[in-house]
Amino acid sequence: MKKLSKLYVGLILAFLYLPILVLIIFSFNTSKSRSVFSGFTLEWYEKLFHNELIMTSLGNTLIVAVVASLIATVLGTVACIGISRMRKAPKAVIMQVTNIPIMNPEIVTGVSLMLLFVFFAARMHLEFGFVTLIIAHITFDVPYVVLNVMPKFRQMDANLYEAAQDLGCGPVRAFFKVVFPEIMPGVISGFLMAFTFSLDDFIVSYFTSGSTAQTLPITIYAMTRRKVSPEINALSTIIFVVVVVILIVKNMIERRAEKKGAV
Amino acid sequence: MKQKLLAAPYLVWMAVFVIVPLIMVAYFAFFDSDGNFTLQYVADVAQYSNIFVRSVWLAALATVICLVLSYPLAYILAKMDTKVQSTMLMIVILPMWMNFLLRTYAWMTLLGNEGIINTLLGYIGLGPFKMLNTQGAVVLGMVYDYIPYMILPLYTVMTKIDKSVLEAANDLGCNSFKTLIKVVLPLSLPGIMSGITMVFVPAISTFIISRMLGGGSNLLIGDLIEMQFLGNSYNPNLGASISLVLMVIILLIMTLMNQFDVDDDRVLM
Repeated sequence: MKKLSKLYVGLILAFLYLPILVLIIFSFNTSKSRSVFSGFTLEWYEKLFHNELIMTSLGNTLIVAVVASLIATVLGTVACIGISRMRKAPKAVIMQVTNIPIMNPEIVTGVSLMLLFVFFAARMHLEFGFVTLIIAHITFDVPYVVLNVMPKFRQMDANLYEAAQDLGCGPVRAFFKVVFPEIMPGVISGFLMAFTFSLDDFIVSYFTSGSTAQTLPITIYAMTRRKVSPEINALSTIIFVVVVVILIVKNMIERRAEKKGAV
Repeated sequence: MKQKLLAAPYLVWMAVFVIVPLIMVAYFAFFDSDGNFTLQYVADVAQYSNIFVRSVWLAALATVICLVLSYPLAYILAKMDTKVQSTMLMIVILPMWMNFLLRTYAWMTLLGNEGIINTLLGYIGLGPFKMLNTQGAVVLGMVYDYIPYMILPLYTVMTKIDKSVLEAANDLGCNSFKTLIKVVLPLSLPGIMSGITMVFVPAISTFIISRMLGGGSNLLIGDLIEMQFLGNSYNPNLGASISLVLMVIILLIMTLMNQFDVDDDRVLM
């Protein structure tokens, strides 16, 4: 039984990793062939770094993700303060609305925002580009911030804030001294979630970016439409390595925190 | 009272960028460019019913395969030693962090006529088989891209099952198979439900997987919508009515499943 389950886990892992492994191996291939390895080269990596389109779209992606997730974090966290003071019924309605962008298919979110932006573009000075892209990203980011921060308010003792005020703190000071440290873990995980969703998003960006502000996923999509482009393999390898490093570091930090918590 | 106002900017944002756009989708579906009410666009959707049937069928197939593959995996993971567990989970989830375009592209290169699978098969005198641009490839792509969304909720729900409940089942004479069917399965139902929605919704609305792995001949609802907005046949009215029908289909299926979920809770009590 034990052997069987090990074999099963192994098979699933093979299914998950073999395609990525093949991409990585062929990113070092001298020929453009996808099946015959004819020699080692770093040519595709060099081409990748000299590919201006990829580098600008990487820059665009980072700008959009940072700006959108920061705004979403502030907007969402501030909203949670208000929502936590509300009564049950309005709270339930708001949480329902918060769930819409999460439950809706991304393509519907994308085209519905596109319709809105087309409407505004025809009547006001609005062009598809960074502004529409960032608005769209904030819109699908902010529910994740709210969903991460709200539970922290629920766990917190509401009397703490009042106690701080009784002891002479002003409302703002009481918030930053008492409430903020309590909800901080939720704010951080909400921000990180929003940031990664922004980095990774293709579908919503595809409908709301126009032609001027291309993000990396949009450029990747354009590259996959061409027949053979080994630079994608090189790019995949780099992204894979970055992801592995980030996850390992995250795991190490968490373990250290757990150990500290245990002491 | 004053503090409640802090939610106002968020509410305005959600109203303008979530509610209003959805109302616009409904408006475009039911009103033509002159502002006259019409059912023409919604009626036009009927001519694409074969694409709808195909999308529901392929997405459902992919969801079932994901569930069948993930369930034993989540069960094995949840029973592992806690020290290994978090590392193993990280390894299983890691591919999810790669952009799904790149993961889909990987299969494009694997499945092609000159891809590595056909080349290897060629060495032993088989093939080449046509694997790319088939419905099978589309389902494979859906399973590969969305399986982490099935594994995660299943694993979470299974780690929460109290071990003593399993021991009790054993003591009362259940063998491990019977424990799985009678105890683990009902208790993991919420995980199954959220896994199914998390796989089914993106699978039924994808246009990337069908385009990259299905060639031009296996259009899905997502392709249809995309073509009305960014493709050659710009027709936002038709696109909006297709989106509306897609939302209704998803809503119906989810309501149906919630029904099932609630019923089962009653049985448990």
